[in-house]
Amino acid sequence: MAETLITYLEYPFVRNALIVGVLISLCSSLLGVTLVLKRFSFIGDGLSHVAFGGIAIAAVMNVTNEMLIVLPVTVISAILLLRTGQNTKIKGDAAIAMISVGALAFGYLLMNIFSSSSNVSGDVCTTLFGSTSILTLSSWEVALCIVLSILVVLIFVLFYNKIFAVTFDEDFAIAAGTDANRYNLLVAVIVAVIIVLAMNLVGSLLISALVIFPALSAMRLYDNFKSVTICSAILSVICSLLGMIISILGGTPVGSTIVAVDVAAFIICYVAGRFLKGAKK
Amino acid sequence: MALITAKDLCIGYDSDALIKNLNFSINSGDYLCIIGENGSGKSTLMKTLLGLRSPLSGEIIKGEGLKDNEIGYLPQQTQIQKDFPAAVREIVLSGCQGRAGLRPFYTKEEKQLAETNMERLGITHLRNRCYRELSGGQQQRVLLARALCATRKILLLDEPVSGLDPKVTQEMYDLIASLNKDGITIVMISHDIAQAVHYASHILHIGERIFYCSTNDYLMSAPGRLFVTPGKGGFKEWQKH
Repeated sequence: MAETLITYLEYPFVRNALIVGVLISLCSSLLGVTLVLKRFSFIGDGLSHVAFGGIAIAAVMNVTNEMLIVLPVTVISAILLLRTGQNTKIKGDAAIAMISVGALAFGYLLMNIFSSSSNVSGDVCTTLFGSTSILTLSSWEVALCIVLSILVVLIFVLFYNKIFAVTFDEDFAIAAGTDANRYNLLVAVIVAVIIVLAMNLVGSLLISALVIFPALSAMRLYDNFKSVTICSAILSVICSLLGMIISILGGTPVGSTIVAVDVAAFIICYVAGRFLKGAKK
Repeated sequence: MALITAKDLCIGYDSDALIKNLNFSINSGDYLCIIGENGSGKSTLMKTLLGLRSPLSGEIIKGEGLKDNEIGYLPQQTQIQKDFPAAVREIVLSGCQGRAGLRPFYTKEEKQLAETNMERLGITHLRNRCYRELSGGQQQRVLLARALCATRKILLLDEPVSGLDPKVTQEMYDLIASLNKDGITIVMISHDIAQAVHYASHILHIGERIFYCSTNDYLMSAPGRLFVTPGKGGFKEWQKH
């Protein structure tokens, strides 16, 4: 088995896929903790459906570089969702549900009406559940992904203390002179970027898994913010690597395999957490 | 010049004014208790003082060089905090966020300040414990230590004893009084009028009639007497007059 793996690793596209997969899972897990705690677990789902709609528009307009449309559309939706989350007539969860379902339906409609490809359901299926496109990344896309990931990690580290303060207690942070809206906006933009990047990996239906599972697993094991964040990042990277290797060796779909490994990790952490708590008492 | 002065302040939601034409000033060293019935606008008033929402009209003037990032706030607990994985030390340190400005990391002095304030409130032994596992009284102390990291001048406390048992409540009141003795101005929302008149130097009574005066004047006044002395018909009776 190891030999097969080494043979595969000699192909540059496999190496690219592994690099991108690791980076994306690292980025998504960093913000996952904040999103889960702020009760925004579903934002990944909502935004990825928006991105799906964006892809449909790009396909219809025959834009070759779909990033140019998908990224701005998703970023704007993220800003709308996270900024208006606090004091609107339509509450956070309802707003996410509305935008997500709307975009999904709209995207599918567009793809069907103006289809240029003969295999519409195939196209839709790959966008929803992740495709083999992670194995066909161009070097340009890999470079873009590396740059954006470094940027995300850098911003997260630099603003870690502020993100913590705003997540834990927004009112206090504002009262103490922190511009909480600015950081909410920052988080929204980063989340949108990560989701657009991650669509290649797991597809738009499974993206929430990358955001929430590592965070939830880490929360079973640790009870301070720093450890939870670090643990969630490490877990996420390990799960993605494992998932991708399994899918390469077993020929299973990449996205769903990664998510399956994430679920398994959560169950293990849940049980381990129970034991640790029991041992403490 | 007072620390905070409210001038012809109207506050409320959208266009519904909860409180109209409010005038009062908080001087350095004061201990002001804001009392009133549920829904009378106490919390809204505090949020307006903090700058979390803007007044419908009128203004809040800050004096004596009080900056926006020098106010300590003890909010009511939110739903999010009940299962938040955070260590006590992390939360107390986050009180230094306002003074850190855009600087990404905390300095040695700020970390020292957090330690000092944990010591001051007797929670140093809890520093590595998880916030959600603490008792109600301990949690309030943690949030109070955080507020102290944000200010040396003024603390705004939103019902700091709600949900605490009588013994812990008393400890909390004593703690707040001792902070006030150390020179920190206290503004507190309270339901407990007996305690309020015992500790506070000034009372702001919010309701259909608004009342702002020193505690002694309040005790002599009609509403104060009706409210504090039991068995004489109480507040409702007074409002009918």
